Amino acid sequence: MKKWLRNWRLVSLVSAMALLLAGCGKPFLSTLQPAGEVADMQYKLMLLSTAIMVIVIAVVTIIFLYVVTRFRRRKGEENKIPKQVEGSHTLEIIWTVIPIILLIILAVPTVLYTFKLADVKPMNKKERDVVVVNVRANLYWWEFEYPDYGIITSQDLVVPTGERVYFNLKASDVKHSFWIPAVGGKMDTNTDNTNQFFLTFDDKRAEEAGRLFYGKCAELCGPSHALMDFKVKALPRAEFDQWVEKMKNAKPVASTDPVVKQGEEIFNKSCIGCHAVTPVDGRPEQARLAPNLAGFADRSRIAGILEHNEENLKAWLKDPEKIKPGNKMTGTYPALSDEELEALTKYLMTLSVQ
Amino acid sequence: MSTLARKKGVGAVIWDYLTTVDHKKIAILYLIAGGIFFLLGGLEAMIIRIQLAVPNNDFISAGFYNEVLTMHGTTMIFLAAMPLVFAMMNAVVPIQIGARDVAFPFLNSLGFWLFFFGGVFLNLSWFLGGAPDAGWTSYASLSLASPTHGIDFYVLGLQISGLGTLIGGINFLVTIINMRAPGMTYMRMPMFTWATFVTSALILFAFPPLTVGLIFMMMDRLFGGNFFDPALGGNTIIWEHLFWIFGHPEVYILVLPAFGIFSEIFATFSRKRLFGYSSMVFATVLIGFLGFMVWAHHMFTVGMGPIANAIFAVATMAIAVPTGIKIFNWLFTMWGGSIRFTTPMMYAVAFIPSFVIGGVTGVMNATAAADYQYHDSYFVVAHFHYVIVGGVVFALLAGAHYWWPKMFGKMLDEKLGKVTFWLFFIGFHLTFFIQHFLGLMGMPRRVFTFLPGQGFETGNMISTIGAFFMAAGTIVLLANVVITTVKGKRVGNDPWEDGRTLEWAVSSPAPEYNFAQTPLVRGLDAYWIEKMEGKKGLTPAEPLGDIHMPNPSILPFVISLGLFVAAFGFLFHQDHAWGTPVGIVGLLITLGAMFFRSIIDDHGFHIHKEEIMEAEKKGAGA
Repeated sequence: MKKWLRNWRLVSLVSAMALLLAGCGKPFLSTLQPAGEVADMQYKLMLLSTAIMVIVIAVVTIIFLYVVTRFRRRKGEENKIPKQVEGSHTLEIIWTVIPIILLIILAVPTVLYTFKLADVKPMNKKERDVVVVNVRANLYWWEFEYPDYGIITSQDLVVPTGERVYFNLKASDVKHSFWIPAVGGKMDTNTDNTNQFFLTFDDKRAEEAGRLFYGKCAELCGPSHALMDFKVKALPRAEFDQWVEKMKNAKPVASTDPVVKQGEEIFNKSCIGCHAVTPVDGRPEQARLAPNLAGFADRSRIAGILEHNEENLKAWLKDPEKIKPGNKMTGTYPALSDEELEALTKYLMTLSVQ
Repeated sequence: MSTLARKKGVGAVIWDYLTTVDHKKIAILYLIAGGIFFLLGGLEAMIIRIQLAVPNNDFISAGFYNEVLTMHGTTMIFLAAMPLVFAMMNAVVPIQIGARDVAFPFLNSLGFWLFFFGGVFLNLSWFLGGAPDAGWTSYASLSLASPTHGIDFYVLGLQISGLGTLIGGINFLVTIINMRAPGMTYMRMPMFTWATFVTSALILFAFPPLTVGLIFMMMDRLFGGNFFDPALGGNTIIWEHLFWIFGHPEVYILVLPAFGIFSEIFATFSRKRLFGYSSMVFATVLIGFLGFMVWAHHMFTVGMGPIANAIFAVATMAIAVPTGIKIFNWLFTMWGGSIRFTTPMMYAVAFIPSFVIGGVTGVMNATAAADYQYHDSYFVVAHFHYVIVGGVVFALLAGAHYWWPKMFGKMLDEKLGKVTFWLFFIGFHLTFFIQHFLGLMGMPRRVFTFLPGQGFETGNMISTIGAFFMAAGTIVLLANVVITTVKGKRVGNDPWEDGRTLEWAVSSPAPEYNFAQTPLVRGLDAYWIEKMEGKKGLTPAEPLGDIHMPNPSILPFVISLGLFVAAFGFLFHQDHAWGTPVGIVGLLITLGAMFFRSIIDDHGFHIHKEEIMEAEKKGAGA
C-alpha cells in the first residue's frame, strides 16, 4: 500500500490536487472533505486515480498539441502526399504495456479497499459490542432503529464518533440508497434483501462540520427523491450513551397547557394510527407506516428539508403535498383549521427527550 | 422498369420512401427520424437544465421532471443515437464494401419501420396519461409502483423498436460477411465497416437480455406476472442485471461506430492511412468482447459483495487498454500527416481530449471502493455525457458533415459547420465539466431540484449556461441543413478530394445500384490505391451487365403498423373493453402482412445495361 507513496511524482501531484479539491463543497456534505475512515479510504483512492489520470491526460495532451500544430496543412502543401505509414510494433507495445502497469497500480488498492469496506463480521457476531443501526428507507423518510437498545427514531440519525457504526439497510416500498457523502460512499436499500456496511465518524472533523452531516437518498424513488434528505448527529460516545438512555426512558409528559392538550387530542384522533410518539415501539415494521415522532422537538429539520420552526411545521401539516410531492401523508387525515394547526404544532413541539 | 431520373410529385416521393428497400433511402429515413428524436431529446435536456438553473426552482413540477428526465435518456439512447448510427451504417457500409445493397433489403426496411413506430408509440405517452417516470433504467421496484401507463409505453415501445434494432444488426452482420466485393478481405475492410461488424455482433447478443427483461416487466405490469415482486418470490435485482447486461454493451454499440467514423475522418483529412490498422481492428474486437464482461460495475452499490465488485472493477479497468491503443493510433495517424481542418476533422480533433476525459473518469468509476461515492451522483452524469456526447454525438455530427455530400449530393456549408462546432464544443464542456465537481460535492443525480446552502448553486448555473450554447449550435446546424438543401451546389464523386474508401469512387449521391460494375479491391483504402496509380475509377471485377434489384414493398410498413396497433390494444386491455380486440386486430395485421410476404413471389427487377451506361455518363458529367 505504501509503495506507491514513494513515487515522488504521484506524491506531489496528489498533494497539489488535495489542496485544490479541499476548497470544493461544504464540510458537512462534500466527499472531498472526508470526515471518517471510510470516506478517507475512498478519498485516497480518488486522489490516486485522479493523479494517474492526470498523467495520462498530460501525455495525450502534449502529443495532441504537437500533432495538430506541427502537421497542419500549410499553404503550398496542397499536393503533398505524406508517407503512408502502416504502424509501429514498438510504439504499440509501449502504449499497451504502460497503461497496463498504471492500471495494476490502481487495481491493487481498489481490490484491497473493496474488501476492507465489506468487513461487517463484528456486527454479525453472537455477542456483539458494536453499535448497529437498522436503516429502513421509505417513500421520502428514513427510519433508524437501534435493535440493541430497543429504540427507534427517524429522519435524524444519531451516532457515536470515533468507532465503526454498522448498518443494516433495507427499503420498505421501492429501492432507495443510503448516502452520507462526507462520511462514506452509499449503499442501496433494496426491497429484496438486507445490505450491511459500516461507517466511521471522526470526532474532530465532525466537530468542524458542526456535528451535523447531511444524508441523501441516491436512487431515484419517485417525485420527491430530491427531497429525501436526512441528517446525522455525530456525538462523542458519552453524549451518545446519554441520548440512548434518555430515549430508552422517554415517557410522554402530560402538559397542563390547554392548547397542547387540544393538540394531543387531535394527534390521537388523526395521526397516531401511523406515527408513534415513544421511541420504544414494539409493533412490527409493517405497522410503522410513518416516521416515529419521539424527540420530534429536538430534530434539525421539518420533513427532512425545512428549517425547524413552528411556521414550517404548520405549512407542512396544512399541505404536505406542496412541500414533498407524492408523499404518503397527504390526504390521510381531515383538513385542519388554523386553530387545530396551532394546537397540533404546539403539541408536536413538546415531544422532546432532551 | 427503372425509376432512375424520373421527376416525381410529393405523393410519389412519400410513397417511394414508405416502400423503399434501398439502403441509401433507408439511411435518409433513419437520419430524419433520428434527427427529430434528437431535437426532442435536446428539448427535454433544456427543460432539465432550466429547472436546475437555480435552487428550489418551480419551472416544472417534481413528477413532470421525472417524466422529462426519463424521456430524455430513453429518447437520446434508443431513438436518437441508435438510429443515427444506423443512418451512417446504411449510408456508407454497403458502398464501402463494394456491395449493391445490404443482404436483406426487405428486412432493412422492416428494421427502420419497427424502430420508427416503437419510438412514436413511446412518445405518444405524453398525450395519453403521462410519460414513463422511472428513469431510462426503469429499475423494477420503482417502475412497478408507477401509477400511470408511462412505464407500459416504455416497455412496449422499446420492445418494438428493439426488434427493429436486432433485425438491423443481423442484417449488417450477414451483409459484411457475405456481400464484400472481390478482394475485400476482412483485413482490408475500412475501419467504419469493422466497427459496424463488431457493433452488429454486440447488438445480436445484447438485445435479447433487454427483450427478456422487457417481457418480464410487461407480464408484471399488464398481465399479472410477479417476476419482480419480492413478496411473491420475485426479485427486482434480476431486472438490474438483465438491463445492464444489455445496457453496458449498448454503450459500446454506440461508441464503436463513433470510433469507426473518426478513424475514417482522421485518415482522410491527415491524408495518411490509419496508423496501426491491424491493432485498431484487434482493439475494436477486444472492446466488444470485454464490453460484455463488465455490466455489474453499474451495480457496485447494490450489495453484490466484495468478490463480485473486485472482479468487475478489474475487468472494467481492462477496457481502458484497448481504448488507449485507439487514442494513440489516432494521434499517430495525424503524426507526419497533412492535416486539413474541415468541419468533420474539427469534431474528430476535439473528440480526442473530450473522450479521454470521459475515458479516465470511466476508470475512476471502475475503482469499486471509490465508486461508492461516485455512484448515482452528478459525477456519473458528467462521465457518461463525456463519453456519449464527447464520443458518440461528436461522431454523429462529424459523420453527418463528412458523408452529407455522399447522401445528398451537396456539401453542408463549412463556415456554418464551424460555427456549430465551436458553439457545441464550448457548450458541451461548460455544461458537463463542472458536473464532475457537483457530484463529488454530494449532489445526487436525478434530482428535480436542490436546496440552497449546499454549495450547488454556481455549478448548476454554469451548467445551464453551457446547455444554451449547445442549443444554439444545434439551431445553426438546422439552418445549415435548410440553406444547403435550398442553395447548395452539386458536388462530384470525391468532394473532400482526399477520399480513401470505395464510397468516394461513386457519384454523390450514389446511383440506385451503387456500382455499375462490382469493383476489384486491391488493398486497404481501395480508392486511394487507384488514385495514387493515377487511375480515375475503380478496377472492375465483372463485365457490365444487367443489374438485379429488389422491388419496393409496403409490407414492412404494414407489419410494423400492426405491432403499433397491437401495443395500443394490449396497453389499455385492463381499462377498456376494446383493448384486447384492438390488440388482436393489430397482431392479425402483422401476421397477415407476414403471410403475404411469404406467399407472394417477388422476383425483383433488372436495370438494363443501356440504362446503366446512360446513367453513368450523366453521373460522370455532373
